[in-house]
Amino acid sequence: MLAQLLQFLLAGLTVGAIYALVALGFAIIHNASHVINFAQGEFVMIGGMATVSLANSGLPLPLAIPIAVLAAAAVGVVLEKFAVEPARGASVVTLIIITIGASILLRGLATLVWDKKLHALPPFSGDQPIELAGATILPQSLWVLGVTLGIVLLLGWFFGRTLTGKAMLATAHNPLAAQLCGVNVRFVLMLSFGLSAALGAIAGILIAPITLTSWDVGVMLGLKGFAAAILGGLGSGTGAVVGGILLGIAESLGAGYISSAYKDAMAFVIILAVLFFMPSGLFGSKSAERV
Amino acid sequence: MNWRTPRTGGLALLAAVIALLPLALVNNYWYEVAILIGINAIVCVGLNLLIGYAGQISLGHAGFFGLGAYGSAILSVRYGWPPAAALAATTAGVALLALVVGRPILKLKGHYLAMATLGMGIIISIVIVTEDRLTGGPDGMSVPAFTLPGLTLAGERVWYWITGAALLAAVWIALNLIDSPAGRALRALHGSEVGAQVSGIDATRAKVGVFVISAVFASFAGSMTAHYSGFITPGKVSFFHSIELVTMVVFGGMASTFGAVIGAAMLTLLPQLLTILKEYEMVVFGGVMIATMIFFPRGLLPSLMLALGRKRK
Amino acid sequence: MNAPQLEVTALSKAFGGIHAVDQLSFEIEAGKVHSIIGPNGAGKTTLLNLLTGVYAPSSGSVRLEGSDVTGLEPHELAARGMARTFQNLQIFFNMSALENVMVGRHLRERSGWFTAMLRFPRLTAGERESREEAAELMRFVGVGEYIDADADAMPYGALKRLEIARALGSKPKMLLLDEPAAGLNPTETHDIDTLITRLARSGVTVVLVEHNMRLVMGVSDHIVVLDYGRKLCEGSADHVRSDPRVIEAYLGSEGLAAC
Repeated sequence: MLAQLLQFLLAGLTVGAIYALVALGFAIIHNASHVINFAQGEFVMIGGMATVSLANSGLPLPLAIPIAVLAAAAVGVVLEKFAVEPARGASVVTLIIITIGASILLRGLATLVWDKKLHALPPFSGDQPIELAGATILPQSLWVLGVTLGIVLLLGWFFGRTLTGKAMLATAHNPLAAQLCGVNVRFVLMLSFGLSAALGAIAGILIAPITLTSWDVGVMLGLKGFAAAILGGLGSGTGAVVGGILLGIAESLGAGYISSAYKDAMAFVIILAVLFFMPSGLFGSKSAERV
Repeated sequence: MNWRTPRTGGLALLAAVIALLPLALVNNYWYEVAILIGINAIVCVGLNLLIGYAGQISLGHAGFFGLGAYGSAILSVRYGWPPAAALAATTAGVALLALVVGRPILKLKGHYLAMATLGMGIIISIVIVTEDRLTGGPDGMSVPAFTLPGLTLAGERVWYWITGAALLAAVWIALNLIDSPAGRALRALHGSEVGAQVSGIDATRAKVGVFVISAVFASFAGSMTAHYSGFITPGKVSFFHSIELVTMVVFGGMASTFGAVIGAAMLTLLPQLLTILKEYEMVVFGGVMIATMIFFPRGLLPSLMLALGRKRK
Repeated sequence: MNAPQLEVTALSKAFGGIHAVDQLSFEIEAGKVHSIIGPNGAGKTTLLNLLTGVYAPSSGSVRLEGSDVTGLEPHELAARGMARTFQNLQIFFNMSALENVMVGRHLRERSGWFTAMLRFPRLTAGERESREEAAELMRFVGVGEYIDADADAMPYGALKRLEIARALGSKPKMLLLDEPAAGLNPTETHDIDTLITRLARSGVTVVLVEHNMRLVMGVSDHIVVLDYGRKLCEGSADHVRSDPRVIEAYLGSEGLAAC
């Protein structure tokens, strides 16, 4: 009984860590530009697919992974420069449609550059399950958890201690004031898209050995990441991480104990339930309307 | 009657297009495309009331479309109801559902509202795919033709005229609503929610009202699709279809009823035309979406009108 | 002595730990012009937001014509005869000027959703009446020349008056004006002055939040002075003007020169 619960928790934690990474990407871009980037899931796809194809062409993983992450970051910057930047000042819905267009475009490109098949990435360090109090955990899951933890700490340091990170936070708070203080707002925007794309790509690479990857893997992961970001409260880094983990665990428990067919629905039932009582998510700031 | 107002003039133009279009429809395939445009346009005209006029986004309207389609199908196939009764009961049921879920959902704002409607749509879609004993699951289910006592409605030509008439009615209703106290209340909410509230407008009530109307439009179009095509699959209930519908509205021009019709027509036709591009279809489609939104952020029709107005001056 | 139209008792509103309005009590008499003045940040706009239901109070109560209206929604208060304008204009820029004022009549419109959607003859008649009355209101506040204009094509001064016309559309018993003269030139300010006097004479209670002392002292029957969210003093213009605390907190620096 207890072992089974632990098994579900471990599985949920692994998926939740991935959701958290995607959600962080949503939060960073939203903070910098108030855009919800519906192409966020495509970065996850690009990360996984690029690593697979680089590895297949003979590149060792330690080399293939950074190249794939950089490639995704480059796509993120290009997306900002040529699709989001020209539409600044447009309505929220217009920007949503633009990023959805970008998501379709990127998926189309993926089918051209790669194919429409499922691909597997070899685990980073074997697939021998590790026993843990009656439950088992894959080494790859440990990679997922470890890397996510590292990234969260790194981001905490970046936003709390470095000048660039603080400049990004200042821009999120008040772009005009930040600009007056000498922050290059356009650079911050590009940086936020590059950073989000890199985070998404890392998530995609980490999860690829567990769930396989393909040209359309980003759709559901993107939506779950958005759900996690909203659950935590848009714009809150802590919220994104907590939202992601909670969503992953709830999904895993729901699938295990209630119904596996409704696994994907679970995340959305939870988010609706939370929003009905906390309309700004768990950690979202309640914005008082000034008139 | 003043034919130069957008109301009457636009309605007359739309009626003329619907009446004359069959001259250009060379075969049944193009009739099918035209019917599809009409059905999408009905949904978009309703959705535009919500998004364009009241300023409330919904990324889940394919859910209401799907409930309409499957409601009609399930009641008439599994329970043997006459199609007309199934249609009426389904529409009423969807209206009631929209009323119930609309209250908590429409208290949310901005991206939170987007998330909640998206979640609602996805839940509906997953339920339809999973409850396969009722819905046939991913394989879909067949639906009998629409019959009235002594009359069976079948075939592309018949459905063309039914869809055309329904679209005209939908546009007429939307135009009427917009130019009325209730419609002004909706537009006022979009302009300044607090300004509307202190003018005596119950924001939640108005938003829920227009949410229900847009859901009914979608559900009705869904029921029509089920009976017309004789077979439905969960594809039309998916998140992608929700996005497609919103894109049509934004494409044609928010807060413009005829813009919504044009958006529906363009985005229904575009994939038909892009099929010749084969594997490049998605790339071009995504590119066109981005480019249109960058160059016509207000949508096609309002941008066009603005350009014309400027020229005239 | 008549019962007061509006009775505010120990009203407070805190944002975080800061009391924007603190234990405030005062009364408003029907048909008079009441002003609320005070230095910047004294809590005037917050008070207006509390009285019109835009904010819910942290504690205290508001009674309107004898019944408790504390914490009611803005539209519920509007239905009880409250109308207002905003310091930062809340015009519907997506509509025409006339439509803005027609929205103000919302509570008195008789046709609902179905009448509207199926365009019953009743609607057409109501719409004609609504349009005529809105045009009349626009002329009354002095923006008659913009009847056919879009709201986003109007100058600032006209928009301020358009908002007053919209507020009057509901035939309010009480009209709350938040800095109606801010950003206006002397001629426009004088017109506002005249307008307020006309409104009061027609029986509408006017509650005015304003920085322009000449305007306030000229039109007010009764003045409440706020400082740091608390009531500093209240009374007639002469009384307030001579109160040493007011002079120190407020008039001392800039106001005296204006008087």
